[in-house]
Amino acid sequence: MNAPTSMGARPPHLLDFQDWTPERLGAILDNADTMLQVLDRPVKKVPALQGLTVCNAFFENSTRTRTSFELAARRMSADVLTFAAGASSVSKGESLRDTLEVLTSYKVDAYIVRHHAAGAAHLVARYSGKPVINAGDGRRAHPTQALLDAYTIRQEYGSLEGKKVAILGDVRHSRVARSNAELLPKLGAQVVLCGPATLLPPGLASMPGVTLTTDPKEAVRGAHAVMALRLQRERMSGGFLGSLQEYADTYQVNDTLLKEAESSAIVLHPGPMNRDLEISSDAADGPQSRILKQVENGQAIRMSVLYHLLVGRN
Amino acid sequence: MTPKAVILTADEVRRALTRIAHEIIERNKGAENLALIGVHTRGIPLARRLAEKLSTLEGVDVPTGMLDITLYRDDLSEVAQQPIIRETQVPFDLRDRRVILVDDVLYTGRTVRAALDALIDLGRPAGIQLAVLVDRGHRELPIRADYVGKNLPTAASEVVKVKLQETDEVDSVELWDMEALR
Repeated sequence: MNAPTSMGARPPHLLDFQDWTPERLGAILDNADTMLQVLDRPVKKVPALQGLTVCNAFFENSTRTRTSFELAARRMSADVLTFAAGASSVSKGESLRDTLEVLTSYKVDAYIVRHHAAGAAHLVARYSGKPVINAGDGRRAHPTQALLDAYTIRQEYGSLEGKKVAILGDVRHSRVARSNAELLPKLGAQVVLCGPATLLPPGLASMPGVTLTTDPKEAVRGAHAVMALRLQRERMSGGFLGSLQEYADTYQVNDTLLKEAESSAIVLHPGPMNRDLEISSDAADGPQSRILKQVENGQAIRMSVLYHLLVGRN
Repeated sequence: MTPKAVILTADEVRRALTRIAHEIIERNKGAENLALIGVHTRGIPLARRLAEKLSTLEGVDVPTGMLDITLYRDDLSEVAQQPIIRETQVPFDLRDRRVILVDDVLYTGRTVRAALDALIDLGRPAGIQLAVLVDRGHRELPIRADYVGKNLPTAASEVVKVKLQETDEVDSVELWDMEALR
């Protein structure tokens, strides 16, 4: 019944993938299969986390990640305390640490943290004494998004071993790209990050299994999965792009660009999408798109992550 | 290392399952509208073998499924390592069926309790019966089996090991001292 010790020690948190062995990551993906089955049943709920309270601590706006985590926790029978910074004392100047102490007094058993500052989830992990799941911190990491991307690719091909994944767009500002670049090579895939040179930090090329290119055709050639990143218009005022049209003309994931990929290639997007900017409607809604599948898989992956971190911790 | 005693040989396992199959038919007045659901791990091959016997005896194909109870365990907060969740597969409608839940050993009753919860979440069967190859006693919950291959009074310090061809390449039931297995 128990996991073999070859999986390595169980990390107490999911902040990024640094402490996670491929075996433990594989177990999360495997258990997500079961969680998907649960979601297909008339009773979409199991008692595994009954009696535990999960705090959804969102210091940055988010709808889909927050609701996905909230539903995931409820499907596992946990109680959920949702904390949104905009409606809290944080907006009155309270520090993260003080807020955390208040939340701790509510006897929370785990924290799901979204914050605009890189490293915020690490800070919570240091002070909370409870498992912390990083739901996105600044530009640094968004590990559950990467896990659901990996899961969606694995669902298609059975394995990530030897698969090429092209990630196009605003890599510079994307925690999704960073987490995928960290995770996918651990699971045997090769990652190509592609975008205009201004949005492609050269330092990422030193990550194992990751290459950079500014040429979208080269990035997508022979790819098994093509992911478009959201172009964060609010961050484009720094002269990163000549124009949005110029960006779309070159880097948009569309049917023409997809011809370079494997014929079975799937299209991914972490959402929300800027249609006809980083992705064409044809690609977003076409037969190769797995964008809605990603959303469904996200809930199963988050159930699996909660289960992995919380079961057996008492 | 040798077991303290061999409780059932391969032939005795076969006979016990044949007897259980007959009892199932007698109690349910045939094999219509039955389903066999094995609890991971060894309950699954036992359920399949019982289905084969029911098919031979009654000419009825009884559907079989597999049930993993990991997410329903009441000791999840105490387990030291990460429990691996295995597949649950019940590819038929439970409504109006009498389900025979099949496991290898009945001990505290906690696995059966979890299995009942898991099963009821999958649908609403007309009834649930329990078949086990060995009942070793020490119940912690008010649960009893409807069909028992072998009643085996044991000490808490003993371990009952069920081995099946499908999982262990041999059919037998052995009694071991827990100390000997450490």
